[in-house]
Amino acid sequence: MEAVMVHRLMVVDDSNVIRRRIERAQDLAVEFVGAARNGREALEMHATLRPTLVTMDLTMPEMDGTECVAKLIERDPDLLILVVSALADKLTAIEALEKGARGFLCKPFTDRQLNDALQMLINSKEQKS
Amino acid sequence: MSTEAEVGVFLDSVLNYFSTTVQQAAVCGTPFLAIDKVPELSDFTGTIKISGKYQGVVAFTAPKSMLCVMLMRMQETDMCHENLCDLVGEIANTFSGNARRDFGHQFNISVPSISVGRKNTLELPDGARPIIIPIAWRNYSSSLVVYLQ
Repeated sequence: MEAVMVHRLMVVDDSNVIRRRIERAQDLAVEFVGAARNGREALEMHATLRPTLVTMDLTMPEMDGTECVAKLIERDPDLLILVVSALADKLTAIEALEKGARGFLCKPFTDRQLNDALQMLINSKEQKS
Repeated sequence: MSTEAEVGVFLDSVLNYFSTTVQQAAVCGTPFLAIDKVPELSDFTGTIKISGKYQGVVAFTAPKSMLCVMLMRMQETDMCHENLCDLVGEIANTFSGNARRDFGHQFNISVPSISVGRKNTLELPDGARPIIIPIAWRNYSSSLVVYLQ
């Protein structure tokens, strides 16, 4: 019998309200391992938390999400990153995907949209392996 | 883009935000120009500075009671001061960020700055005439202030 991988979720957003909302709203079989307030903090936490799944805001102080996505992917090319941002233009989404993010969810979002987007990432990984 | 079209971009964003995040529709009143007076602020105000192709500010201002109810609708149980500041900033950030769909990639937005108290004023250039979009949600009144050059 094949072992099912339980993803370890880290949430990166400068808004506490959004961090807590994502933690509460996700109802998938994933383990919430921690939350970071900006890109710099996410890089620090990545080393100890070892997430396999990340939600990433883009507009954040200290280090923005685009830079953080690139640095995280450099460390772990298999990391599943879902960008969750209010920046709604196509170019921003394309830029994040080019840096290594696997999906883009525009704020505002419903719980259902969040779960669907996360599930899609997880499914794409399972199909590849 | 005409002023009317610019206002339309923000109206769409406001309506979408409330129906999506708190699952209760908001109603936008008729937008107006704040001529010869500074925009009145409510208890909490989140302000985003715009740079790049456009220069200006986008600010969302709302009473404490409204923000508390919005947090409750989002299943948040902690109505602390920090979360109220956080929410008003996040709303301003969302309205501004969504506007990039129409204004483009060069519509650069800052992280939000927060002011608390009705006696504060928005930092605007002399003679600036921002557009005020009144927003009614449940029995609360808030507004979005948009000043773009």
